[in-house]
Amino acid sequence: MKQIQLKRWLAAAAILILLALLLCALNRLLLPKYRSGNTEGRLTADYYTDVKTRHQVLFLGDCEVYESFTPPTLWEEYGISSYIRGNAQQLVWQSYYLLEDTLRYETPEVVVFNVYALKYGTPQNEAYNRMTLDSMKFSPVKLSAIRASITEEESFASYLFPLLRFHSRWKELTQDDFTYLFDSSPVSHNGYLMKTGVEPMTSSRAGSPLTDYSLPVSSMEYLEKMRLLCLKNGIELILVKSPTNSWGYWWYDEWDAQINDYAAKNGLSYYNFIPEAEKIGLDFTTDTYDAGVHLNVSGAEKLTSYFGKILRENHGLEDLRFDSGLSAVWQEKVVRYQQEKEGLLK
Amino acid sequence: MEQLLEILENLHPGMNIGENDDLIGSGLLDSLDIVTLITEINSTFDVNIPAEEILPENFCSAKAIYALIQRLDEV
Amino acid sequence: MRFTSLAFLAFAALTVLLYYLFPKAKRWWVLLVADYVFYFFAGKEFLPFILFTTLVTYSFARWMQALTDRESRYLEEHRDSLSKEERKAVRSKYKTHRRWVLVSGAILGFGMLAILKYTGFIVSIFRSSGIPNLILPLGISFYTFQSMGYLIDVSRGKVAAERNFFKTALFVSFFPQLVQGPISRFADLEPQLIEGHPFDSFNLRAGLLRAAYGYFKKMVVADTAMIAVQTLAARSDELTGGYVVLLILLYSVVIYGDFTGGIDIALGIAEMLGIHPAENFNRPFSSRSVKEYWNRWHITMGSWFTDYVFYPLSVSIPMQKLSKWSRAHLGQALGKRIPVYLATIFTWFLTGLWHGAGWNFIVWGLLNCLLLLVSQELKPLWSLWQTKFPKLCASTPWHLWQATRTFLLMGLIRSLDVYRNVPKTFRLWGTIFSTFNWGEIFSGGWLRLGLGIADYAVLAGGILIIFLVSQLGKAETPLRERTAKKPVLTVFLLGAFVCVILIFGTYGIGYNAGDFIYRTF
Repeated sequence: MKQIQLKRWLAAAAILILLALLLCALNRLLLPKYRSGNTEGRLTADYYTDVKTRHQVLFLGDCEVYESFTPPTLWEEYGISSYIRGNAQQLVWQSYYLLEDTLRYETPEVVVFNVYALKYGTPQNEAYNRMTLDSMKFSPVKLSAIRASITEEESFASYLFPLLRFHSRWKELTQDDFTYLFDSSPVSHNGYLMKTGVEPMTSSRAGSPLTDYSLPVSSMEYLEKMRLLCLKNGIELILVKSPTNSWGYWWYDEWDAQINDYAAKNGLSYYNFIPEAEKIGLDFTTDTYDAGVHLNVSGAEKLTSYFGKILRENHGLEDLRFDSGLSAVWQEKVVRYQQEKEGLLK
Repeated sequence: MEQLLEILENLHPGMNIGENDDLIGSGLLDSLDIVTLITEINSTFDVNIPAEEILPENFCSAKAIYALIQRLDEV
Repeated sequence: MRFTSLAFLAFAALTVLLYYLFPKAKRWWVLLVADYVFYFFAGKEFLPFILFTTLVTYSFARWMQALTDRESRYLEEHRDSLSKEERKAVRSKYKTHRRWVLVSGAILGFGMLAILKYTGFIVSIFRSSGIPNLILPLGISFYTFQSMGYLIDVSRGKVAAERNFFKTALFVSFFPQLVQGPISRFADLEPQLIEGHPFDSFNLRAGLLRAAYGYFKKMVVADTAMIAVQTLAARSDELTGGYVVLLILLYSVVIYGDFTGGIDIALGIAEMLGIHPAENFNRPFSSRSVKEYWNRWHITMGSWFTDYVFYPLSVSIPMQKLSKWSRAHLGQALGKRIPVYLATIFTWFLTGLWHGAGWNFIVWGLLNCLLLLVSQELKPLWSLWQTKFPKLCASTPWHLWQATRTFLLMGLIRSLDVYRNVPKTFRLWGTIFSTFNWGEIFSGGWLRLGLGIADYAVLAGGILIIFLVSQLGKAETPLRERTAKKPVLTVFLLGAFVCVILIFGTYGIGYNAGDFIYRTF
């Protein structure tokens, strides 16, 4: 009798374990792979493949970081090792929690935060939330990030177990879903997502007037939290605004003034690159891939060269090219970067 | 009992109904007849068959109906 | 807190766990607290209404019980001094008294339901604007009927009134059946609620299986078919003819999956607690006549109307007088029909109204009634047919035809529920015979209703499983109980249900690739 009981328990346990494994496998299979098309969805995951490398600089922000700075250029020209943790429409609290997440692995010397996303004070868009959060490694930080980010129609549980969200994708599975089931190779270059197209900027129209120019209190609070976190960890926080400024994504002078005030009050450096475009050498007929909203690779390289100099001269970041181990790692990255660029430009 | 059988036979003229005949299973007594039957029983026997007593076991045979009438007449 | 939410799953699991952690005598308290937690999350503004119904139910039942007790005490004390006639007079006096108490209680109980549910409808008959929009507390139709049934039972002396207010409250609010029934009887449910059931792993397994199957029916089958039904209803001006037939078929699937699935979830949870409320369905779509259908579909509601409306009305004194009069003046055949038919029509009018405040529900009820009365009248013809073709009438194909006919008839009138507009529904029924657009439907129209081929495949698979389970469930012991005797098989099936529901269920934000088209950020 006892033996039958034991056998039953074992069989039931085996079934439950198999069920758990099956659900995990399904979860993995049904998660969007973001390999063809929306590769932005891979950006958060990419970081975890490079945590072993020392990063002096961590970039945080939305597309204005991951389309504007090229870490391979920063290494090649200045020997500065960097990583970009940016995502499509990455909101301030997401930048904050990604910083906390990064601190679980390493402590950079400098954090560069692009200020554009400060205009958003509330959760915005399900699709971007999913792309930013789904591949974050599980930790209490992820839970806080989810809590801060979800829109009203979303459920917390669906982030813990994304199958709840993507279950109906079984209807639209493609070859990619199987090819990249276990493939975690990065799509970006230390967070930089390469775009080589050219679409000249034709309109110089300014953004429409707003009724209220004050940046939302909630996003400024997270900026303050970010500043304090950096302070606590001995990290220098630098604020930047990418040089792009097109009417749909306008950076208002009123906003700029508020950031200037904040930076001055807290002794932070703030670089607004919009008025420096000419000094940087940017030509908006050739350096943008979508009529001035984002820089293409040529524009990003120019900006990186310019900013690298600032990092070296104003913020004392060391040239690490003497470190042979790190150099070897970067050598590979630079080659991959060049190959992709040449491939795309052809 | 005779009175009751008379009422039942009036419902279905020409039928000869015995004391123990199955009234429901045979379809002799359908929902239409119940009201007529109860009306007749109430006036003949001076009882009052309440709605809650309309149960198959109370109406399955003449014998059962008679038992019901007697039970209701007792106080 | 909907049945299909994760919060409800957690809530139900916690309730079951706490139930068995408490000492047996205190277990019913866990249920009562769970009921009110459930109802609080359903909407705290609903709480005063259920409390009012509970208060009315408790106090009026106690009042009637006091009268009954006094009556029996009196009769006991004066047993020898009273004649039979005097005893009858005493009983009749108390009965009348109880009836008045019952009527007052019912006016309060049904009155609240009537005001909340029907004021808007009644006002809308007389004018087109300024129609009040009152809140409709969750499950009010169900708990009102269950409570009032109890009051009637107490007035009839069938059950003794509950002395404990909280125990009455538990009967009124038992959470699994609060939302969509079944409508239980006091004598059946209350003792089960109060008794502290010992933990039995068999109950747990059987209940889990039943609830899982309910979720499967609801989320994989009903909610998927509902997508197409919504499209068909929203675009009913263009989707006529064959599409109306499609709607009738799909809505039958929806209502079956949703309602029987919901009941399975409710009864499954109850079963885990060792409680077995009355069954509400008995393979309804295999019914071969409308009458049989109503003995197998929403059974507890049907029997409520039969026991508490139809019979009392049929044998009420005025009806008896009417019966006598009409038989004397109109002849036996017509005379005996009049009171019964009047009672039937009134009962179905109320049944329609119970389902919702609107003409479509009333017409739906009356059409059911019409079908029942017509088949009643055709009975002699039917007997004749049976004696002429006894072999045919006993054959399986004939039974299948009867079941199909019943299924389609019930589906047809049920479509009133979807279109919600009586003249429009009648017009659309007409187009079934006037607009032949089957070519268009088969050549792709069916794929433009919000469901793709993959979804239809899931639907077909789901229906097949339901059909097989229903066929296997014909035996004496329910299939789930036979299965639950085998623990390993149960665990396996539960796991399979979890996977199937998680993947193929219709829930959450639909994954829409369009959302992910990268624009500018």
